[in-house]
Amino acid sequence: MSVPAPPATTGGGGATTSPLLRLLGGFIAELRRSGLPVSLTEHLDAMEAVRHVPLDDREAFKFALAATLVKHHAHWRAFETVFEVYFSLRGAEYEPDGDAWADDVDPAELLDPRGDERGAGDPLSDDDLARLLFAALLRGDQAQLRAVAWRAVQRYAGMEPGRPVGGTYYLYRTLRNLGLDDLLERLLETIREQAGRPLTPLEERLERDEIESRIDQLRKDVEAEIRRRLVADRGTEAMARTLRKPLPEDVEFMHATREEMESLRKAIHPLTRKLAARLSRRRRHSSRGVLDFRRTIRQSLSYGGVPAEPRFRYKRPSKPEIMVVADISGSVAAFARFTLHLVYAISNHFSKVRSFVFIDGLDEVTNLFETSEDITEAVHRVNTSADVVWVDGHSDYGHAFGVFWERYGQSVGPKTTVLILGDARNNYHASGSWIMRELHRKARRVFWLNPEPRSYWDTGDSIMSEYSTHCDGAFEVRTLRHLERFVEKTF
Amino acid sequence: MTHRFAAVGAVRDGLDSVQYLADEGIAGVVYLADRLAKPVLVEGPAGTGKTQLAKSVAEMCGARLIRLQCYEGIDESKALYEWNYKKQLLRIQTESQTWDDVSDDIFAEEFLLTRPLLEAIRATEPVVLLIDEVDRVEVETEALLLEILSDYQVSIPELGTVEATQIPLVFLTSNNTRELSEALKRRCLYLYIDYPDIDREREIVLTKVPDIAESLADEVARIVRSVRQLELKKPPSVSETLDWARTLVLLGIEHVDAEVAAETVHTLLKYRSDIERALKEFSTDEARRPGLPR
Repeated sequence: MSVPAPPATTGGGGATTSPLLRLLGGFIAELRRSGLPVSLTEHLDAMEAVRHVPLDDREAFKFALAATLVKHHAHWRAFETVFEVYFSLRGAEYEPDGDAWADDVDPAELLDPRGDERGAGDPLSDDDLARLLFAALLRGDQAQLRAVAWRAVQRYAGMEPGRPVGGTYYLYRTLRNLGLDDLLERLLETIREQAGRPLTPLEERLERDEIESRIDQLRKDVEAEIRRRLVADRGTEAMARTLRKPLPEDVEFMHATREEMESLRKAIHPLTRKLAARLSRRRRHSSRGVLDFRRTIRQSLSYGGVPAEPRFRYKRPSKPEIMVVADISGSVAAFARFTLHLVYAISNHFSKVRSFVFIDGLDEVTNLFETSEDITEAVHRVNTSADVVWVDGHSDYGHAFGVFWERYGQSVGPKTTVLILGDARNNYHASGSWIMRELHRKARRVFWLNPEPRSYWDTGDSIMSEYSTHCDGAFEVRTLRHLERFVEKTF
Repeated sequence: MTHRFAAVGAVRDGLDSVQYLADEGIAGVVYLADRLAKPVLVEGPAGTGKTQLAKSVAEMCGARLIRLQCYEGIDESKALYEWNYKKQLLRIQTESQTWDDVSDDIFAEEFLLTRPLLEAIRATEPVVLLIDEVDRVEVETEALLLEILSDYQVSIPELGTVEATQIPLVFLTSNNTRELSEALKRRCLYLYIDYPDIDREREIVLTKVPDIAESLADEVARIVRSVRQLELKKPPSVSETLDWARTLVLLGIEHVDAEVAAETVHTLLKYRSDIERALKEFSTDEARRPGLPR
């Protein structure tokens, strides 16, 4: 997307070409490239807003930009990343403060932390640094943690200018050298000793959460420090490009990293709430139907036979019965999980929801959802307790459909909507597409949701079109956004 | 135009003085709202003090709070203005004048019933306008708000345009049950109020619950943070934290252990499944969560 040049400011001391505004223009362009819908008005607002905050106050500056540019909470992370890249070198906390080092650490070990340049003789040994880290975590000393992070990156990351390695590599190296793995347990051990008595489970849990959040803070500090150095090395634009990540609603189910999965899981909850509200609102409002002749005449009696107040028949909301048949083999499991989650979250719009999962065998999991109040947990239990492997645990749609038809075929009726979730990659087994034809004949509607991009359909062992001819619709559902759109359009 | 606040710090101190603990973000956005003369759209989980923010700002500025509670089916006659139809009828009946006189007359200010939005515009004293739960109105009705939000004016066909005598501070709150329209969002500054971090929550408990010991407030804040990390149907809000803290103070409890927590947890969590899960998590020793550091 091409980006308009930053428009001339509204007054502001003739600052049309001021470096700040140019920087801001680049910043906003980068936001747009990350997928944030920033309009021209908002651009202008941002420029107006930064005139009112002191520029040396980084936090205030950040919030001024956020308030004018980010109008959706899910976009906050993307904003924060871009902000870090564009405005990181300008923070006062770039260099660790000399006072940040704790008083109870032997000053002889420390000297002036800023005194030594990179590579110069470092007065701290690895053990010292580890001890400092330990003490900082134990007391939750933010400033000292930041100082440790700064030092650790300098020492362990091994960053060289111009080296074409991603930030995650440096992060990994630094964290590994700090030995975070057993740190949690060691810290807990110390706390237990300090308490001088066994901790109750509750206390133990609270301490654990506290320490975890501190370690998390350390990780963020290290990350920020690495990013700062990378920006200094490579320049803002290149760095922004490498850090650009899709927004949660645009993350593809099939290629999500662990971290993205986490963000997806967080995003699904508000999404379902929103969808449910929207669906029920539509139910209530799209209700005007045809004229109800009998009631109009009855009403007209009170006007002396003049049909002054027409009455209408209200449409009865259709409450379909839903049958979800989901492939939960490795590659598409995440997609199935999210879809099941969503369907159950809006299940009060359906008269009945039954769900089936398969790989090469098929099992009904409806009762898992009905006995558990918590959808997340039910979805989790699907993975552990459903009996879905028949021979070798590779998807076999033909066989799974066969089992479905044989066992549950008679419960498919004219009110049933069947949703089939899967990539239609059948490992060259028999397709069993006649079952789809029969289903299509018996059921009200049959939809197929495929998490693969449409261009991949029918490549390799995918036999999508063989199935989709027997569906009322086959949809590409790669992201939460697609899923949301499908549900809203269909129900 | 004179500004209400001198600096971000002044906003925060002012909010402090009316017992609303604002963080950097909240204070910053309120300050900008004043400087840029723009409304603020406040979103966030339920019970984090969105509505309270507007009330506190009003209290801080010594302004009158005008509140429009949104609901499904709200329309102009409830939000903007309405003609006092009965009074108009009376006017027509009592005096026998020519039609011309009457028709000019009955659409005068005298017969206008102002509703919250118009009232806020016409107020001569300082006011804070709170449009609460704006996500409850339909998308079409949102359009009603646009004119007032961007230009601070209301057009009445019979009377002309009523412009604001002074620009009020406007807060819109939303529980995010639906996506608000782009047009609305564009006109507002956006503020997301999340659950407070542990330090701020402790401060809030200390300010809002009189007579609470510092150590107890600390425990409360820590437990609530841990509870929020579980995947719950409804994580405890700030107001529920405060309820819990008050309960503990009333019961004369000085230290929360597993037993006390189990007995009082129903003030904090409102779903049976949530309560069960929390109790399970906090009473077993081996409660290791999957989210351990990688």
